[in-house]
Amino acid sequence: MQPLKPVSPGARLVLGAGFFAVFLGAWAFVTYGGHVPALFLASPGRTLSSGWSLLTEYGFLGDIAVTVFRVVGGFLIAAVMAVPLGLLMGAFKPVEAFFEPFFSFCRYLPASAFIPLLILWAGVGEAQKLSVIVIGSVFQLVIMVAVVAGATRPDLVEAAATLGSRPVSILRRVVIPAAAPQIAETLRLVLGWAWTYVIVAELIGASSGIGHMIMDSQRLLDTGQMIFGIVVIGVIGLVTDFAVKSLNRWLFPWAAL
Amino acid sequence: MSNKTLRIEGVTRTFPGRGRAAPTLALQPTSLEVAPGEFVAILGPSGCGKSTLLRIVAGLDQPSAGSVALDGAPVTGPGPDRGMVFQSYTLFPWLTVERNIRYGLEERGLPEAEQRAIAARFIDRTGLRGFENHWPRQLSGGMQQRCALARALANDPEILLLDEPFGALDHQTRELMQELLLEIWQADRKTVLFVTHDIDEAVFLANRVLVMSARPGRIKAEVAVPLPYPREWTVKTTPEFGALKARLMAEIREEVRKAAIA
Ligand SMILES: Nc1ncnc2c1ncn2[C@@H]1O[C@H](COP(=O)(O)OP(=O)(O)OP(=O)(O)O)[C@@H](O)[C@H]1O
Ligand SMILES: [Mg+2]
Repeated sequence: MQPLKPVSPGARLVLGAGFFAVFLGAWAFVTYGGHVPALFLASPGRTLSSGWSLLTEYGFLGDIAVTVFRVVGGFLIAAVMAVPLGLLMGAFKPVEAFFEPFFSFCRYLPASAFIPLLILWAGVGEAQKLSVIVIGSVFQLVIMVAVVAGATRPDLVEAAATLGSRPVSILRRVVIPAAAPQIAETLRLVLGWAWTYVIVAELIGASSGIGHMIMDSQRLLDTGQMIFGIVVIGVIGLVTDFAVKSLNRWLFPWAAL
Repeated sequence: MSNKTLRIEGVTRTFPGRGRAAPTLALQPTSLEVAPGEFVAILGPSGCGKSTLLRIVAGLDQPSAGSVALDGAPVTGPGPDRGMVFQSYTLFPWLTVERNIRYGLEERGLPEAEQRAIAARFIDRTGLRGFENHWPRQLSGGMQQRCALARALANDPEILLLDEPFGALDHQTRELMQELLLEIWQADRKTVLFVTHDIDEAVFLANRVLVMSARPGRIKAEVAVPLPYPREWTVKTTPEFGALKARLMAEIREEVRKAAIA
């Protein structure tokens, strides 16, 4: 193995799948081998059959849809607020000087700590779930977008100015396109975090969603269902991540991603 | 053809020091007048303030004292009447070659058909035909600089400011680029302010060469180049060319030595 030497796509696939296999193997070994009680950890087979009954008998697809709706909804609200503000902060330093210290402070407030307060304010309905995600993502997003926009190559900005661009047009024609691929990557990252916030919100005071199902299963001591719920979250995360990555590559063919 | 006179009067630039560091005097009071259609080369050792001077003319930097005016109108900021080609590659990576060249035309709001026609003309003149729809990262360094030149020219500026545009290119490509630039200038007679390290390049292209002193820079000598246009590359082998080169070399050696010791 040479440091930093790239690995071929085929080998990458085999290696990546390999660890999943090792993990599954270890799981099967400790559960089927009777090394842990079934009450604590369901076997892979038991998990799958629980999952099947969840999907066919208990309407788990509805829970998945509700959770996806909350993640996407909350994330979109956060993005719509954060991206334009972040761009303005990155491009215009007085705007940044105005907002940055406050947002940097907010960024360290844990979204989960707001849940009791939000339940008080917004009840246990959708508004509360969406707010948790928005609070969890919006400050991170603003700061990250501002950094990306602020890192626009100054020589490109100067080139645009010598070609006749005024400030607003530089923002529109240089800063935004230059930052777009990185912003898309940032959004992908923060979408991943939004998933963790939604589950936390659903563990406390929810009547539907994947997190609620996991909570319910705990009351019934059904580890198979709990694990199935967690795996579903992982799979959805992986699939969206892959989809967004491909979308980015398609949207920004000029960037050597 | 340009028809505006560039007048630089007593332009000075001091960069404030960071923290306790002493401020840097980059440019001593410099005055210069460039007539319409002139090709002026600025030659000087590294760090003598050539880029600083050009950036001030472009309006990208403000002088600490003195003024720059184009036909009497003071320069206060960047504008499309002063096109610039930078030493670094500054094509917009998200635009194709053709869209890069159209950038300034779009800014002016020309009808698209007109934009396309102008871009096509400069694509041909800079030999980029066949690459119109390539991304900048798919071009060689020489092609990127030709595209940057086309982008500046398409905007039809009064003055073309060129800051070592061929500095990063290999010797052969560089010579081809010089011929291309000369051809374009001979056809258009745009005012050009051309910064370079390369004496051959300065003599081959310009009708006037200014030598700058080591930092803090000032214009220390001015050498007219009476070689007739149109010039061909063969002019580089003539005794007149050799004599001018020798003279400039003597002027600049001293400064480069000073810059190296300082
Ligand atoms: N933004 C800046 N802040 C502080 N000092 C600067 C700045 N820009 C330039 N200088 C200083 O001013 C001097 C002149 O710089 P300039 O870039 O004009 O030199 P140059 O003649 O173009 O050199 P080169 O041939 O290497 O490009 C240098 O000593 C440099 O350190
Ligand atoms: Mg320079």
